[in-house]
Amino acid sequence: MFKRATTSISNKLFALLILLISSNLFAAWDDFNMTEGVTAISKEVFDLHMLIFWICVVIGLVVFSVMFYSMFAHTKKRNPSPSTFHENTKLELAWTVVPFLILVFMAIPASNTLVKIYDDTEGDINIQVVGYQWKWQYKYLEDDIDFFQNLTTDWDEIYNKTPKGEFYLQEVDEAVVIPAGKKVRFLITANDVIHSWWMPDFAIKQDAIPGFINTAWTVVDKPGTYRGKCTELCGKNHGFMPVVVKVVPEDEYHTWVKEKKDAALRMAELTTKDWSANELVERGEAIYAKNCVACHQSNGQGIAGIFPALAGSDIALNDKPKHIEILMEGVQGAAMASYANQLSEVDLAAVITYTRRAWGNAESGDGQIVVPKDIVDYKL
Amino acid sequence: MSAVIESHGHDDHHHGPAKGLTRWLYTTNHKDIGSLYLWFSFAMFLIGGVMALVIRAELFQPGMQIVEPEFYNQMLTLHGLIMVFGAVMPAFVGLANWLIPMMVGAPDMALPRMNNLSFWILPFAFFILLSSLFMEGGAPNFGWTFYAPLSTTYAPPSVTFFIFSVHIMGASSIMGSINVIVTIMNMRAPGMTLMKMPLFVWSWLITAYLLIAVMPVLAGAVTMMLMDIHFGTSFFNAAGGGDPVLFQHIFWFFGHPEVYIMILPAFGIASHIIETFSRKQLFGYSSMVWAMASIAILSFVVWAHHMFTVGLPLAAELFFMWATMLIAVPTGVKVFNWVTTMFKGSITYETPMLFAIAFVVLFTIGGFSGLMLAITPADFQYHDTYFVVAHFHYVLVPGSVFSIMAAVYYWIPKWTGNMYDERLGKLHFWLSFTGVNITFFPQHFIGLAGMPRRYPDYALQFADWNAISSVGAFLFGASQILFLFIVLKTVMGGKKATPQVWEGSRGLEWTVDSPAPYHTFTTPPKVSL
Repeated sequence: MFKRATTSISNKLFALLILLISSNLFAAWDDFNMTEGVTAISKEVFDLHMLIFWICVVIGLVVFSVMFYSMFAHTKKRNPSPSTFHENTKLELAWTVVPFLILVFMAIPASNTLVKIYDDTEGDINIQVVGYQWKWQYKYLEDDIDFFQNLTTDWDEIYNKTPKGEFYLQEVDEAVVIPAGKKVRFLITANDVIHSWWMPDFAIKQDAIPGFINTAWTVVDKPGTYRGKCTELCGKNHGFMPVVVKVVPEDEYHTWVKEKKDAALRMAELTTKDWSANELVERGEAIYAKNCVACHQSNGQGIAGIFPALAGSDIALNDKPKHIEILMEGVQGAAMASYANQLSEVDLAAVITYTRRAWGNAESGDGQIVVPKDIVDYKL
Repeated sequence: MSAVIESHGHDDHHHGPAKGLTRWLYTTNHKDIGSLYLWFSFAMFLIGGVMALVIRAELFQPGMQIVEPEFYNQMLTLHGLIMVFGAVMPAFVGLANWLIPMMVGAPDMALPRMNNLSFWILPFAFFILLSSLFMEGGAPNFGWTFYAPLSTTYAPPSVTFFIFSVHIMGASSIMGSINVIVTIMNMRAPGMTLMKMPLFVWSWLITAYLLIAVMPVLAGAVTMMLMDIHFGTSFFNAAGGGDPVLFQHIFWFFGHPEVYIMILPAFGIASHIIETFSRKQLFGYSSMVWAMASIAILSFVVWAHHMFTVGLPLAAELFFMWATMLIAVPTGVKVFNWVTTMFKGSITYETPMLFAIAFVVLFTIGGFSGLMLAITPADFQYHDTYFVVAHFHYVLVPGSVFSIMAAVYYWIPKWTGNMYDERLGKLHFWLSFTGVNITFFPQHFIGLAGMPRRYPDYALQFADWNAISSVGAFLFGASQILFLFIVLKTVMGGKKATPQVWEGSRGLEWTVDSPAPYHTFTTPPKVSL
């Protein structure tokens, strides 16, 4: 008997559910709810999320109302002699079959959306995304553009010494720029451990795995700045490697591509320039702050047992060839990665020179500097 | 079910426990070993809990305040490992030791010496694991799921100790499971057919098979790690031709059955308590058994739903989505059966019943978020966010942990002969219930709004809910001190319990005296129905 009652309740609630989904009431609850995002796929994912959510709410209300009703009406006081029924084949069959049908009803739209996400037609622009501890590298395969994306939030903000800005932990030195309305395909991989590239507004979350190339695609029509994060534990600064994508109108995108190419040319000129030790140290300090402090620390002391100290290290003091080799090849079996493709020749020379001269290293060691030509020679 | 016991007339003073420390060291008595497991698990629960509080304290506000990110990662790793392998699993093994022999009318576990061994290697496993905190480079910092290559090439040196400790835990679990299976299969009282067994016994029989099936897989995974780290193999090292995703497949082939290992015994416990305090026979006994068996079988074919974002082919994503959704069917059957057991019952609300009802409601909420997570496209947004953290804490804390607390309140009169303090028990329940929901419900919101898990620091829009969650965590943590006090108070004394203890209780364990004599059912009871 109570089964009939529950079905009529669920009918009414289902009507309410349809009403709520059709209204846009809940889309604004950004602090509570999933973002609707800005792409066709992300909107579909959001609708799917809300659909399943409301189905769960309705089922929950039905089950819990029966339960709470019994808890209220069938206490020992109100119902001193309990019933003795303990099975009912029809009822048990019904609550096996009905949930199964509801699941089929849920699986159909879910599978359809998934098939759309797995669309593998070619993209207009292909960008390789490489996860590093703890930054992202982007390579535009058609345009030969290549840069790293680092967190710019100041460590003083993180350690509560200065007030936190609006985009605390969500700001980077260089955003990925993509054109609006074009199909962009991301080819996602990693250089060291597993990372995961997540852009909630595009509903893309794809693991970046060393040795694998995963793909994801998006078409964003609305220009704007979109912020995402790394979502696979990748070591101590996992929380500090955000993703920022800037969607711009197509002509603006072409201007940006041209600027990036010009900048690359200027960098090439720097390689042949005659560098003084002080110029290298100055440039190297900034490179060190961006790429090395996370492990080796700003005082060059490293972290005992995991990340070796550079201050007073024998290699930094007296072994220039070995020093270059470590930067170029990385250290097998340890966290030290190869920076040969991460930094330009100029920046490699600068950062090596900096670590050979900072923290009193210049005084206790041979103080030799490394110029861009040394790196070019090493590569030959 | 009724039972006939022959009271044994002869003087049995020489059957009592030995005196002093060696009683606990050498004991082969299932009740002693059960108590050891339960106390050990409670100690681990407190240690793992303190680690959780370190995490919540750090997350109380944005910015780094209390610990460094490096140490934060060690805390979240050890918290997970200790709660899974040190708190929840040993607690269930402790309950199995205490209850299974009494429930099936056996004098003890089938393999008492192995029983002793399987307990006594555990403290060493956790001593090794915890000692890694003091090693150079710190404790394991790669999450309880220890994905390679973060846990191999990039791991601190203490990872080797972690591997050894996981091996010991695995050996302990396998021995415990063998004992459970052999006891249940061979030592049931005459007349107790499989389909007459109490549901807690059924749930443990199925759990034990799951453990035996997957613990060697975990051992294999950590052994491959060991080879990669020390012996130059490249199972998981892409640079050497290995496959980091292989690690995840192996881990989750263990890991998914593992999560059911942590919930199936809870199903058994809830069934007993709900029927007792509803004073009405459990609805749908045989469908309960079939539901547990189906859940166990399905648990072997859903592992990759933890890996929807690793880049599986479409066919695999669809298969694992559908298979995962299917688990909702048997799980739903169990919830419907519990609700129908209460329907037209004659309910009273003693502490075990409160915990059991909260278990059903909150576990179901965790089940709903589990269903949402099964939807692959939506999982691309949920995966590795606090939504997942909220989900699995809902099924593990007000799920498994509440069921263990319910079991302690329900059976402690049988164990100690004393009734616990009902007023304090209810206070403990309401504090825990409030704390757990304040802690974990807001985490759904934080996750949906976009906060990834395992983050030591977060963007400003997540600040409010994180602060609330941390307050809840401290409330929940503090109320467990009350639990300890209540248990100690009950052990020391209290109102004497009758053999039956509860008006509606049924089953062989309620036919023996309270406290249960050191040796029970030396002559098997006859079970009739």
